[in-house]
Amino acid sequence: MSLLLPDAGLLFWMLLAFGIVFFILYKYGFPIITGMIEERKRFIDDSLRNAKEANEKLANIKQESEAILKAAYDEQTRILREAAQMREQIINEACAKAGDEGEKMLAEVRTLIQHEKENAVREIRAQVAELSISIAEKVIRKELSTDAQQQEYTRILVDEAVEAQDKEK
Amino acid sequence: MKTLRYILLLMALLFAPLMRCDAASHGSSDGEVDVKGVIFGHIKDSYEWHLTTIGDKHVTISLPVIVYSEKSGWNLFSSGVFHKQEEYNGFRISVSEDNEGKIVELDEMGNEHRPLIDISITKNVLAVFINSILLVLLVLYTARWYKRHDVRKEAPGGFVGIMEMLITMLIDDVIKPNVGEGYRRYTPYLLTVFFFIFLSNLMGLLPMFPGGANVTGNIAVTLALALCTFLVVNFMGNKEYYKEIFWPDVPTWLKVPVPLMPLIELFGVFVKPFALTIRLFANILAGHTALLAFVCIIFITMSVNTYIGSGMTVVSVFFTVFMNFLELLVAFIQAFVFTILSSVFIGLSRPEHHG
Repeated sequence: MSLLLPDAGLLFWMLLAFGIVFFILYKYGFPIITGMIEERKRFIDDSLRNAKEANEKLANIKQESEAILKAAYDEQTRILREAAQMREQIINEACAKAGDEGEKMLAEVRTLIQHEKENAVREIRAQVAELSISIAEKVIRKELSTDAQQQEYTRILVDEAVEAQDKEK
Repeated sequence: MKTLRYILLLMALLFAPLMRCDAASHGSSDGEVDVKGVIFGHIKDSYEWHLTTIGDKHVTISLPVIVYSEKSGWNLFSSGVFHKQEEYNGFRISVSEDNEGKIVELDEMGNEHRPLIDISITKNVLAVFINSILLVLLVLYTARWYKRHDVRKEAPGGFVGIMEMLITMLIDDVIKPNVGEGYRRYTPYLLTVFFFIFLSNLMGLLPMFPGGANVTGNIAVTLALALCTFLVVNFMGNKEYYKEIFWPDVPTWLKVPVPLMPLIELFGVFVKPFALTIRLFANILAGHTALLAFVCIIFITMSVNTYIGSGMTVVSVFFTVFMNFLELLVAFIQAFVFTILSSVFIGLSRPEHHG
C-alpha cells in the first residue's frame, strides 16, 4: 500500500527540481528553439511563395517576350510591305512624270520644228518672191520696151491675179 | 555530445567516494530467491542507492538523510551510518509493517514515530536531480545550436535534429490542435513536461547508475507533475471555464437548490490530475515490475532445477529483451500521453465563449 502513498519529501524535491528545470528551460531553452523553428518555417513558406511568384513572373515574361517578338515581326512585315509599296509608287510616279515630261518636250520640240519650218518656208517664200520680182523686173525691163507689149503683159498679170484670188476663195 | 560524456564521467567520479562495500546483511546463501524483496527493493524508494552485489558485498551509494522532528530538531547525516549500527541519534530504518524502509525516530518507550519533515536525498530524489541536470544540459545544448547557427541557411542534424523533430511533432500534432489559439504561452511548459517524463522513463530503463531508478513509477513524482498541470489549468483558466464549473449550461433545477452539476464539475477538476498521476505511475511501475519478474524467473527456476533453469534462461532473456523494447515504446507513449492530456486539459480551461 505504501506504493500508492506519495512521499512528502520526494514530492517536495520533485516540485523544487521540476520548478527549477522549468524555469531554466522557460528562460533559456524552449522559447529559443521554438522561435527559431518557427522562423525557419516562415522562411521556408516565404521561399516557396516567392518561388511560385517568380515562376509565374517568368511565365508572364515569356509570354510578354513572345508577344513583343510577334509585334516586332508584324511591324517588320508591315514596314517591308510599306517600303515595297512606296518603291512601286515612286517608280510609278517617276515613270509617269518622265512620260509627261517627254511628251511635253516632244510637243515643244514639235511646235519648235513647226515654227522653224514655217519660218523657213516664209523666208524661202520671201526670197523666192524677191527673186522672182527682181527677175521679173529684169524681164519686164527688157520686154516692156513697147506699149503694146506692156499692155499685153499687164492684162496677163491682172488675169492671173484674179485667177489666184478665185482659187483662194 | 563530447561535453556530455565528460559530465557523465564527472558525475560518476563525484559519486564514487560515496560508494561503499558492505557485507550483505541478508544473504541468499540458502538458495531461496527473495523475489518480492528484489522487486520491491527496486521499485520503492530508499535512503541509499544500491548499485550491485559482488559476492556477499553490497556496493551502494550512501545518501544524505535530512529529517526534522519536534524532539531533536533538524538532523543531517549519511545513510551510511546504518551499515555499522541499527540506530543513530535515535533514528533507525523501520522494519515494521507501517513504516517499512522509512526513517523513524524512537521515543523513550521504544515506539516508532515518523519525523515531522523528511526531506532526505533519497535514491529517487538523486535520480530526479540527475535527470533534471541532464535535461537542462540537453535542452540548453540544443538551444545553443540554434543560437550559433543561422536557421535560414542550415537545418540541424544528429541529436539537435531529433530534438527538433520531437519539438515540431509535439507542437504541430499535440499542442496546437489541443490547446488552440494562444498555444504559444503553454508550449515551454508542455515541452518541459514531455522531455522530463521521456528522459526519466529512458533513464529508468538503464540497468545501472545513474539510470535505473524508478522515478516516473513513483507516485510522488507523477503527483508533482500532475499538480503542475493542475496549477497551470486552474490558474490560467478563463472566465468561461469557471462559469462552466459553477454555473454550467444545464436546467436550473440541476443547479439550485442542490448544486448537483457544479459538484460533478468540481469533482472533475480534481479527477483530471488524479488520472494523470495514476496513469503514468501505474504504467511505468508495471513495466519495471514485469522486467524484474522476467529476470527473477531465471533465478527461481535455477534454484529449482539446473536443467529447467537453463531452458528458462533462454525464454526469460528473450522476454526481457522483448519487454525492454516494449518499455522503450511505453517510455515514449506515456510521456506523449501525459503531454496530450495536459494539452487537452489546458484547452478545456480556455473554452471560447458560446452564447
